Amino acid sequence: MNAIFEGIGASVRRKEDLRFISGRGNYTDDINRPGQTHMVIKRSDRPHARIISIDTSAALAAPGVVAVYTGDDFVNIGGLPCGWQIHNKDGSPMVEPKHPVIAHGKVRHVGDPIAVVIAETKQQAKNAAELLVIDLEDLPSIATTTDALKPGAPIVHDEAAGNLCYDWHLGDADAVAAAFATAHKVVTLDLENNRLIPNAMEPRVALGDYDRSTGDYTLFTTSQNPHVIRLLMGAFVLGLPEHKLRVVAPDVGGGFGSKIYHYAEEAIVTWAAGKLSRPVKWTAERSESFMSDAHGRDHVSTAQMAVDKDGKFLALKVHTVANMGGYLSTFAPAVPTYLYATLLAGTYTTPVIYVEVKAVFTNTVPVDAYRGAGRPEATFLLERLVDAVALDMGMDRVDIRRKNFIPRDAFPYQTPVALQYDSGDYFATLDAALTSADYAGFPARKAAAAAQGKLRGIGVSTYLEACGIAPSKVVGALGARAGLYEVANVRVHPTGSISVFTGTHSHGQGHETTFAQLVSDQLGVPLSQVDIVHGDTGKIPFGMGTYGSRSLAVGGSAMVKAMDKIIAKGKKIAAHLMEASPEDIEFKNGVFSVAGTDKQKTLGEIALTAYVPHNYPIETLEPGLDETAFYDPANFTFPGGCHVCEVEIDPETGVVSIINFNAVDDVGRVVNPMIVEGQVQGGVAQGIGQALLENAAYDASGQLLSGSFMDYTMPRADDLTNITVGTENTMCTHNPLGSKGCGEVGAIGSPPAVINAVCDALNIRHMNMPATAEKVWSIINGRAAG
Amino acid sequence: MYDFTYQKPATLAAAVAALGAEDAKAMSGGMTLIPVLKQRLNKPSVVVDLSGLGLSGIRVTDSAVVIGAMTTHITVASSAEVKRAIPALAALAGLIGDKEVRHRGTIGGSLANNDPAADYPAAVLALGATITTSKRSIAAEDYFQGMFTTALEADEVITSVSFPIPAKAAYVKFKNPASRYAMVGVFVASGPAGVRVAITGAGQGGVFRHAGFEAALTANWSADALKGVATSADDLNSDIHASAEYRAHLCGVIAQRAVKAAG
Repeated sequence: MNAIFEGIGASVRRKEDLRFISGRGNYTDDINRPGQTHMVIKRSDRPHARIISIDTSAALAAPGVVAVYTGDDFVNIGGLPCGWQIHNKDGSPMVEPKHPVIAHGKVRHVGDPIAVVIAETKQQAKNAAELLVIDLEDLPSIATTTDALKPGAPIVHDEAAGNLCYDWHLGDADAVAAAFATAHKVVTLDLENNRLIPNAMEPRVALGDYDRSTGDYTLFTTSQNPHVIRLLMGAFVLGLPEHKLRVVAPDVGGGFGSKIYHYAEEAIVTWAAGKLSRPVKWTAERSESFMSDAHGRDHVSTAQMAVDKDGKFLALKVHTVANMGGYLSTFAPAVPTYLYATLLAGTYTTPVIYVEVKAVFTNTVPVDAYRGAGRPEATFLLERLVDAVALDMGMDRVDIRRKNFIPRDAFPYQTPVALQYDSGDYFATLDAALTSADYAGFPARKAAAAAQGKLRGIGVSTYLEACGIAPSKVVGALGARAGLYEVANVRVHPTGSISVFTGTHSHGQGHETTFAQLVSDQLGVPLSQVDIVHGDTGKIPFGMGTYGSRSLAVGGSAMVKAMDKIIAKGKKIAAHLMEASPEDIEFKNGVFSVAGTDKQKTLGEIALTAYVPHNYPIETLEPGLDETAFYDPANFTFPGGCHVCEVEIDPETGVVSIINFNAVDDVGRVVNPMIVEGQVQGGVAQGIGQALLENAAYDASGQLLSGSFMDYTMPRADDLTNITVGTENTMCTHNPLGSKGCGEVGAIGSPPAVINAVCDALNIRHMNMPATAEKVWSIINGRAAG
Repeated sequence: MYDFTYQKPATLAAAVAALGAEDAKAMSGGMTLIPVLKQRLNKPSVVVDLSGLGLSGIRVTDSAVVIGAMTTHITVASSAEVKRAIPALAALAGLIGDKEVRHRGTIGGSLANNDPAADYPAAVLALGATITTSKRSIAAEDYFQGMFTTALEADEVITSVSFPIPAKAAYVKFKNPASRYAMVGVFVASGPAGVRVAITGAGQGGVFRHAGFEAALTANWSADALKGVATSADDLNSDIHASAEYRAHLCGVIAQRAVKAAG
């Protein structure tokens, strides 16, 4: 047993941080291959245009240039695939236009690749790219989400009439209509969920390599899921078999969803490496990140809640238009449907719900999952609507929530929108958050602020989310073109140290620590004896990667299953060595013992025996101590909680300051409380960013106005306050750990808490995000509606 | 960036000579020039590094603070002498950019660039500073000639800036939330140059003096005197962060706060 507790529940310092904070990380851009060339991409500066001609001759003749490729070179190569197919109300499939690796015929958003130049140096490639003569004929363009559906709007894809990708629905329209007809009141709220740009600290990088002697391709890339990239790019784009394609995602500096997807640059460098028999490297410049990383959110919705005279929710109806951008990114269609509409019951007993979602194409960067993915949009809509209901009904905002919460004893709880929640206690998280925030003391603080000429407001969000993605059978039925299980290979080495190969991927989450704690706890070995290996399809089994707060709940569960196999086999070996029956062997704290005796063998002794099987039951047991387990979850997990935000507004300038933020979440079993606290704080920071600061602004034509950090407002430390994090955990009932996931709760629960507080301070019914100083000032001065 | 020749002359005369070349570009701290070069938005034939000319340093007399052109923002911000003589100037320097920028950026570079949202121009104009160059002395009123435009000739190098010590002064900056440049920065001063109010970040033409505020404060040096004094939105910037109307409103609010801060 370890002198210092390092197992489940210990706030162990992150093993990976010494590497990261001392400049020893190994990021994709740190990797260089012999004979490497450099690729620069010429991107469209027009939102929508016909490509009349591209003259590459001067660029090809420029010093150092190795190759120039355009869309013509990729005509016979697959487009970038979409991993999720949604069906329309009438059962027909969504419109799925080809997404060429390099634009062909037309460009459809600012940032769409038109040509690539590959040269001996990056500088030479840049010089040559300026010599490309590109003749574009501007076409009418459309960027605004709702305008895309208007008659006569410019058409982004000829095959998508009216720019409609799909017209989808979920729930019982008739039951909702009937409830609305007899309800005491129907409360309506129009709202927008602002478009965001992920801005991971590390820009995307792709390095393709090809070994002419073996025919093996290697792609080094900034990915959250290297196996998914290998499958999508190998099978659907380039036609490369898995055994000839290795994808490596080494240290990755933040993803937030934006590094889930298969991007054009990955296919281009891999394909070009084969063509040229030389490595080809591309590193995004920050301005490219703004216009080529998938954006997030961008919904326009109308929400209506029918209530009885006591404020009990009777029925919810939601209509949403979701912007897909210029092409379908890998998981884009799933975000406003199965990751959104299914969440609209929230923490409430609303008996009937009907949701309609229209997804539209526009001349903007593709939109896909971004930290929370659909669930922040659902939560913002619902938690804002609940405040509006309270206001319109003259009821207290907290009371109306309690009145409609799913009771503690109602789990498992079947919602009217497909999901069945396994566990939760929304009263516990609410009570704890209100206490933590000193909600009761707010009126006094508001009065004190008023005496200083300031406007105080407090906002509450009692959210729920679904993560631990996902049961393969369920998502398959919903249109997913992939399984979403996870896998772990636990390799106990001959002297008892352990390598664990996981299909999940760490890009900031601290897996090397959390998973090592899990293994240390279960197998009773010191943390220092465990290493977690991820991110290389040449090493790890076929796993699905990290997103949707799935790594611990799904990947950790796979690890537990693999360790169960290790223990079971170890018991057989121990039984042989100690001349006992396997049923009589107990395993605890890294020691196998014969029940009721003092006979025992350590895991290290068992491992050595497994690899040096001199005295071994070789007839009935294979040598070695190396087990793999796949785990496909029985259900999603359902973290929930309560976020309370207190703001103060300077009425002279409209500046909103966050005074206090308290989050109390139910994330199930916690392995490392410090990492959970950090994950929640990071998520809340992003949620505050969305609520107050961040906005991907396009003009009506599709020019990106917030294309750099000079204009895209990232949250900074001085925009935030100390974020107090607590937990009130109930266990997930269907995975072996009881863990639910914590990566996204901060970004999901927090935006409505902030806006609810701003609306409270301003005494208004609603305002859309971000609550910038000018917008708030305009409302205060009656220059804009709330 | 594009290829260019780099020169680091040791004398002012050599620097002036080097800047005589076609498309030559002077570099002091490089905090604006280097990003612009990296984005290929400027293609100089030669970059003339002014850091070898011995132009940094601070000298305080009974009536003025004289700052060498190559003096970094951090030096001004942390100078005990400047803090004593013109605390508003030291405070302003401490608000520029971030710590890294303050350690590289210089007062001469900022003034030669004359970014319409830079901080120093507000101090220079409000305090009635004199800019000394390799050729002459230029009064603040004559120096600023619109955004990114100054009275400097192509081969003229700023050597120092002399700020008369005011009786009262303060600078309050309302930052652009994204860039942290001034969205509206107001420098108020009462001193040898009279009562002056200079505003940066708001105007389409860069820093400007606010005649209405100056008249009101000359009559009555108090924040209340500015209430009701209008700022026209006509020549103010409008962008995704702030409309011209909002900037006009902020000019009044921030000017009042500056007067209060000046005491």
